[in-house]
Amino acid sequence: MSYVRPTFRHPELPKNKLGYTIDYYEGSLSTLCAGCGHDSISAAVIQGCYEMNIEPHRLAKLSGIGCSSKTPAYFLSNSHGFNSVHGRMPSVATGANMANRDLIYFGVSGDGDTASIGMGQFVHVIRRNLNMVYIVMNNGCYGLTKGQDSATADEGSKNKTGQVNLFESIDLASLAIELGATFVAQSFSGDKTQLVPLIKAAMKHPGFAFINVISPCVTFNNNVGSTKSYDYVREHVEATATVDFVPQMQEISVEYGKGSHKHVKMHDGSLIELHKLAEDWNPLDRQSAMNAVLNAKAKNEILTGLLYVDPDSRDLHHLLQTNDKPLNSLTKDVLCPGSEALKGINAGLR
Amino acid sequence: MSKKLKKKIVKKATKKVAKKATKSVSKKVAKKSNTKKVAKKAGLKVVKKSVVESKSKVNDFVIRFANVNGTGSASANFLFTKAIFRMGIPVTPKNIFPSNIQGLPTWYEVRVSEKGYLGRREGIDLMVAVNPQSMLSDVNAVKKGGYFLYDSSKTLHSQYIRNDINYIGIPLMQMCNEAYTDARQRQLFKNIVYVGALIALLDIEFSVFEGLLAEQFKGKEKLIPSNVKALQLGIDYVKANFKYPLDIRVERRNLVKDWILMEGNAACGLGAVYAGATFAAWYPITPSTSVVEGFSEFAAEFRTDKVTGKKNVAIVQAEDELAAIGMAIGANWNGARSFTATSGPGLSLMNEFLGLAYFAEIPVVLVDVQRTGPSTGMPTRTQQSDVLEAAYASHGDTKHVLIFPSTPKECFEMTADSFDLAEELQTPVIIMTDLDLGMNDHMSPPLNWDDKREYKRGKVLDAEMLEKIEKFGRYLDVDKDGITYRTIPGTHPSKGSFFTRGTSRDEYAVYTEDSGSYQRNMDRLIRKWNTAKKMVPAPHVYQKSNQSENGILFFGTSEYAAEEAMDILKEQGKPVDAIRIKSFPFSKAVEDFINSHKRIFVIEQNRDAQMRSLLMIELGINPSKLISVLNYNGLPITADNILGQIAKNLSGSKKLKKA
Repeated sequence: MSYVRPTFRHPELPKNKLGYTIDYYEGSLSTLCAGCGHDSISAAVIQGCYEMNIEPHRLAKLSGIGCSSKTPAYFLSNSHGFNSVHGRMPSVATGANMANRDLIYFGVSGDGDTASIGMGQFVHVIRRNLNMVYIVMNNGCYGLTKGQDSATADEGSKNKTGQVNLFESIDLASLAIELGATFVAQSFSGDKTQLVPLIKAAMKHPGFAFINVISPCVTFNNNVGSTKSYDYVREHVEATATVDFVPQMQEISVEYGKGSHKHVKMHDGSLIELHKLAEDWNPLDRQSAMNAVLNAKAKNEILTGLLYVDPDSRDLHHLLQTNDKPLNSLTKDVLCPGSEALKGINAGLR
Repeated sequence: MSKKLKKKIVKKATKKVAKKATKSVSKKVAKKSNTKKVAKKAGLKVVKKSVVESKSKVNDFVIRFANVNGTGSASANFLFTKAIFRMGIPVTPKNIFPSNIQGLPTWYEVRVSEKGYLGRREGIDLMVAVNPQSMLSDVNAVKKGGYFLYDSSKTLHSQYIRNDINYIGIPLMQMCNEAYTDARQRQLFKNIVYVGALIALLDIEFSVFEGLLAEQFKGKEKLIPSNVKALQLGIDYVKANFKYPLDIRVERRNLVKDWILMEGNAACGLGAVYAGATFAAWYPITPSTSVVEGFSEFAAEFRTDKVTGKKNVAIVQAEDELAAIGMAIGANWNGARSFTATSGPGLSLMNEFLGLAYFAEIPVVLVDVQRTGPSTGMPTRTQQSDVLEAAYASHGDTKHVLIFPSTPKECFEMTADSFDLAEELQTPVIIMTDLDLGMNDHMSPPLNWDDKREYKRGKVLDAEMLEKIEKFGRYLDVDKDGITYRTIPGTHPSKGSFFTRGTSRDEYAVYTEDSGSYQRNMDRLIRKWNTAKKMVPAPHVYQKSNQSENGILFFGTSEYAAEEAMDILKEQGKPVDAIRIKSFPFSKAVEDFINSHKRIFVIEQNRDAQMRSLLMIELGINPSKLISVLNYNGLPITADNILGQIAKNLSGSKKLKKA
C-alpha cells in the first residue's frame, strides 16, 4: 500500500466523448491492503465509466460497511457517495433512486454486507428490480475484523489460521437468478477484460444488475486451502463467454467469429454481445442459466460472464408508474393540493 | 319523532317476549310485551322501577358498545357517533380493540359532553352488550343506575343480573333472522337495529341518519332502504316496549360549529401530502399503519397526473422497519421529501439508521404512533412510552427533535412543519402521536393551509450557488448556527460532490480519525441543537400570568383529560397553571414555566415518567419538584385519574412525594 499517488499523468491521455481523461474518474487513494482484489474492481469501474462517457455527477455511489464498502471513495470523486450502515445499502439506494430516476445508482457491497447482515435487503431489492448496479466484492471473509469466515466461504475451505469452514456457502449468483434478478453476472477481480464490459452493460440495464465478483483477500484469505485465493480462482474459473458491450451511439462494427454468438439488445438499443463457449447455455433463459451455474458448482468451477439477462426488464419506477420527471424536481405547485382542496376535505369530515 | 313517554322501562326481556316482539315487528306493529310476567317465569328477579331516578343527563353520558371483532359493528358505531356530532353536540369515540381480525371482544366507547370534554371518562351510563364473551365484565362496567342493552333473543343468564342497573332487552338476532334472509345481512343489520333502538332511547334525530346513509351509500342507493328498515326495527321495538327517551339523552346544540371528526393518522398522512413528500417507505405495524395508508389514499387523489395518469409520488412497502427508514433517508439524501411511520417495535429497529441520519445530517420525518410496550406489549392499546427511546435513539451521543401533536389539526400542521424542520435542521424529526390520537376519531378544529406558504428546504446549494463558492465544505459551519450547507447528488459537474458517511470526517466530509475534528463536529451538532430550540413549536402556556404555585405539564393526548381536570380544579377553588409541551428540545418557555412554580405535576401516559426524566436531564430540574401523574393501563388517561393523583399530593401533608 502506498501513501502517495503520483499526480503525473501522460499529457496526451486519450479523452472520451465528454472530453474527460481517465483520471477524471479516479477517487481518493485506496487504504486497502496492497494487492487487494477490490482495488482491481475499482479500476474496472473507473475504466467502465470512462469508456461509457458517464458524467460523474450523474452517478451516485452507495455502499454498506466493510472493506468493499470503502471502495466508492476510491473511484469517481466527482460523484456523490453514501457509505451507509452495515447491510443496509439497498434500502438507501431504493430511496435515492425513487427520489431521482435520472441518475445511475452504483452500489458496492461485500459478502458479509450482502450474504449475512444485509441478506434481507439484498433479496428485496432484487424483488423490486430497482434500477441499479449492485457489485459484491466477494472474498469469502470478513477483512476489517481480521479474517472470519463469511457466509460465502465454501464448505471445506480453509482460512488463514487453518480452520476449515463447516457450513454450506451461499451462492449469491444462483440466489439472484432464483429470486428473479433481471441481470446476473459473475466475474473475477483479476479479469479486467471481462469485468469492464460487464460493468458497462450493468449500467445500461434498466433494472437490478447484479455482478458477483470473486475478489481475493490478500491478507486473510489468500492461503492454500482457501477457495477464494488468487491461485484457486485462476485455476477454477470457467468463462461462459467473452463479453462485449456496444453502446447505442456506437456504430456496430464488431466482427463476429464463426463460433456461436449471441446479441442481447437492450431497451435503449445498446447491444451486449456474448461469444458463447457453452452450447447448451442460453443467457436469456433463467432455467438454463440456473442449470449452468449449478453444473459448474458441482464441478468446483466458478462460472463467470453474463449468466442471465432479461432484456424486457421493467424497473421499480415502471411498476409504480411514477412520473418521468424525477420526483425530487417537482415543486409545490404540483405537489400541494392547496387550501381549496382542503375545504373539501374538511367538509367531508363533518 | 314522538317523545311521548307511553311505555314503562322494561328491566328484562326473555326469549318468549322477544319472540312475541319480533313477531309483532314483522307485522310492522310493535306490541307491548308483558316482560314482568315472563321474567318471573324465567326465574329472574325483576326490578320494578328505575333503580336510580337520576336527574336527566342531557348531552352528558358515556355509552359503550361491546361487540365481536369482525362483525361489522365499527361502521354502525361510527354512524352513531357521527349522528351525535351532526346534532352539534361534542362527542369523542374511543376504540378499545383487540389485536385480532375476527372473533375477539372489541369495544367502542362514546362520550357525549355538552361541556366539550373530549377526554375519556370512566363510568358507563349505557352499555350496548352484544358480545356474550365479554358480557360479565360488561354488566359489571355499567354505572349504578345505568342501562344495559342486550340481545334478548336468548334468556339472560342470572349471573348477568344486577339490581342496581336497568335492563333493556331487544331480540336483535330474532328480529334480523325474520327480517333478512341473507346470513351476512342478518349479522350486519343486528348492529343497525341497536343503533335504531338508540335513536328512540336517546332521542336522536332520525333525519340525521337519513342524511348520513345517503352520503355513505352514494352511488349504491339500493342499499339505503334495507338500512333504514333496520333502524326502524330498532326504533319500533323501543317504542312498543319501553319508556323512552331515557334520562340520558341528546338535544340538538350548536356546539360543534365548523369542527371536523378525523383520525390523527389520516391527518398526518394528509400533512405529508401538503408538505410535498414525494416518497414514503413503511412496514405495516399497528397502530401506525393508517398513516401511510392515509398518505396513499390522499396521494392517489392529489398526486396523479391528470393527463398521463402517472404518479407524482412513490410509496414502497418495505421488508422491515430498518429498510423503511433506510429508504426514507436515501430519498431525503437525494432531495425528495420523504418519511416513514412506525410504532414501538419499529422504532427500536430504526435506531441504527436514526443515528446515521443524526450524524451524517440527513433530514427525515418519522411518525411514531405510540402503543403500549415494552416489546410487543399491547399492540392495540395506547401509551406515551417511546419518549426517551425516541429522544435519544441510537448508540453514541444522539438527540432527536420530537414533536407532540394533540389533535388531528395539529397532526396535519405539525407533520407539514416537520418536513420544513427536518430539512432546515438536516436531522430526523420524530412526530410523537399515539394510538388514541392516531386511530380514534377526534373532534378537531378544521384543517387549515395557507397557500402563500412555501416549503422551507433549508441550506441546499444549487449549481449557481456552487459556482460562486471557492471550495465547498459540507460540514463547514459558515453561519455559526451549527447548520451547514448541503448539496443534492447530480447538481453540478465538478463542484459539491461529497461522501456521506456515518464515520467521523472533517469539515470537507473527508474521512478522519483525528480527535480534534471529531470533537469539533460533535460540538457543532450541539450548536445546531441549540439553534433547534428556537425553531421547534413553542409550548402552549395556558395563562398570561401565574395564578398558582402549582403547575401541570402535559403533552399529546393527555391534553383532553388535563384540560378537563384543570376546569374541575378551578371549580373546586384550587386552580393550577398549565403548560402543554409541543416539542423537544425544550424551549426557554418550558424552563421558565417550571422555574416559576413551586411544584409541577407532570402528566404522562407511561409507567416510568419518561417526560419527567427528560425534563430533569435536559433542564437540570430538581427531581423533588416534578411530581408524576401517570397512566399506563393502555387506555387513554381520564380527568378523574389526574384529579385523584393530584389530590393525593395536595391534600393533607405538605410533604411533596417523589414520583
